[in-house]
Formats: sequence, C-alpha cells, structure tokens
Amino acid sequence: MSADPALIWAYLSQGPLLWLTATLAAYALGAAVFRLARGQSWANPVLISVVLLGLLLTATGTPYATYFEGAQFVHFMLGPATVCLALPMQDNLPRMRAAALPIVAGLVAGSVVAVVSALAIARLFGLGGEVIASLAPKSATAPVAIGIAENLGGQPTLAAVLVLLTGICGAIVVTPLFNALGLRDWRARGLAVGTAAHGIGTARAFQVNPTAGAFAGIGMGLNAILTALIAPLVLRLFG
Amino acid sequence: MVPALVTILGFQLVGEVVSRGLHLPLPGPVVGLVLLLAAMRLRPGLADWLRPVGQGMLAHLSLLFVPAGVGIVAHLPLLRDQGLALLAAIVVSTVLALVAGAGAFTLVARWTGSKE
Repeated sequence: MSADPALIWAYLSQGPLLWLTATLAAYALGAAVFRLARGQSWANPVLISVVLLGLLLTATGTPYATYFEGAQFVHFMLGPATVCLALPMQDNLPRMRAAALPIVAGLVAGSVVAVVSALAIARLFGLGGEVIASLAPKSATAPVAIGIAENLGGQPTLAAVLVLLTGICGAIVVTPLFNALGLRDWRARGLAVGTAAHGIGTARAFQVNPTAGAFAGIGMGLNAILTALIAPLVLRLFG
Repeated sequence: MVPALVTILGFQLVGEVVSRGLHLPLPGPVVGLVLLLAAMRLRPGLADWLRPVGQGMLAHLSLLFVPAGVGIVAHLPLLRDQGLALLAAIVVSTVLALVAGAGAFTLVARWTGSKE
C-alpha cells in the first residue's frame, strides 16, 4: 500500500465522503462566521459556504457532478424538509385564521410582483428561453422551484442557483429595507420575506423575531403552492 | 425517530405519486405538505408525534440549499455573459416583492382591524 498523497487524493476526491464532509464543514464555518458577526445579514452562512466550496472545487479542478455525488445526501433532505413545513403551518393555524385576509393580500401581491418584475427586467435585458424559464420560480423554495423550472423547460441547476441568490438577496436586504420604510408589523415583515425569499428569508426572519419567523414560514409554504400555479401563466405572457 | 421519518418520507412518496399520476403543477413534496396538513386536521396528535424529527430538519433548512447553490460553478460561463442582467432582475424584483407583500399585508390588516 503506497502512502502517496496523490493516490489518496485521487481516491477520496472521487467518493462521496470527502464532499459530504466538506459541505457540512463549510456550512459549520459559515455559521461560525455568522455568530462572530453577531447575526449581521451580510454574513449569510449559505453565501459563505457556497463561496468556500466554489473556490475549493475550482482550485482542485473537481467537476460539480463529482461534488454532487457526496452533497446529494444533504440535497435530498430538501424534499422531506418541504413536507415538514406543514408543522409550523399547523402550529400557526389560529394566527393564520385571525389574519387570513392580510395574509392572502400580502401573499398574492408579493408572489405576483416577484415573478412579473423578474421576468420583465430579464426581458428588458434581452434574456429568454431556458434562462427566464429557470428564473420564473426563483421566489419559491428550492425543491419546488426546481420542479416548476423543469416543467417550464428551464434548467434545474440554474434554477437552484437563482433561487439561492434570491434567498440570499432577500435575507440581506429585508431588515434594512423595512427599517428604512418604518414598517413595524412583524407579521407583515415575516410574510413578505417568506414569500419573496423562501427558506433563506425564513431562516433570517427567525433570527430577528419569532413572530416574523412564523409568518415567514406561512409565506414560504403558501408561495410554494401559488408560484407553481402562477409561474406558468406569467411565463406565457413573457415567453 | 425511524417511524416519524418513515411517515414524513411516506407523505413525500404519496405526494410524488399523486403529482405525477394526476399531472399536477405542484411538485411532489408540496403535495406531500398539503396532504400532511390535511392529515393533521384529522389526527391532531400527529403534529406532536412528528415534531422532534420535523423540527430537527427545519432547524438546518439553510444548510440544505448549499449543494444546489454550489451548482453556480457549473454556470459560470452563463453568469459571465448574463450575470449582470440576472442579478438586476433578482435584486430589483426581490425588493419590489418585499415592499408589495408587506405593504399589501399592512394595508389589509389596517382595513380589517387585524392586530399582532
């Protein structure tokens, strides 16, 4: 048995163990930076881990497909996690009922504006085809958006990247934006960020305020359903 | 833990079958979510039984986005050409959607007298 580091690397870099470990380690590092930055929104753990892993893959010349062999175990959990979103929705059923009309208004406004404005701007810049089909469901949570993009003729991995960028963007701008606008209703702030920026926005809302977090969960869950219904219609308008 | 996990995966599995079988626009996990909500209405004890596993999964929700996000390395050429347009579309539409969503919620809440 040779102890040649190149051989060990060749073995490890092809198997799932290394890239699964790297994914969890990068996320743990991102979460630590986030804690050190005292929850500042620019220190988003997802953004930090994606950048670290992206640099690592580029530096080692590892194809994304090889990386995904290991990371797919984490990715797979998106499906069951989506099912589990039923839990916070169930827990918040009384509050949802009490604010049913504002929720519907905020959800429909946020969801429609997200899809229509994104496609209008993309069209303005001359984008089309696969790219805008991948962009249309960007505000829905990743597993849903990927499914919608596939149905619309988009690219699943591009859709995932656009979903992620949307989530990070929402999580970074939400607090300064609503503070500047003087918007103080935590329910409205939460619902809006869950609708516009899905799970990453919801994770951010939970860090800021529990009521905002609960309403963000409601917004994300309902918008997953609504985007599946409206994205095909809006795409037909711009397609 | 295992029975709860089986239940959650079971709802996802049934959701996939229903979604594909009936050609629904909703992806399987979302159908599973809707079915689980309906099941919890029928059996209120189900929520507490699933909670330990379900909450563990939701606590690390943002970790689950990382593998798909790293897919950005596979799209660098596209992003080099169209990245600025895509970024503009994402940033502007996210800000507009946040303002529209929170604004509509606040207006209707004021109008219907709904308070936090």
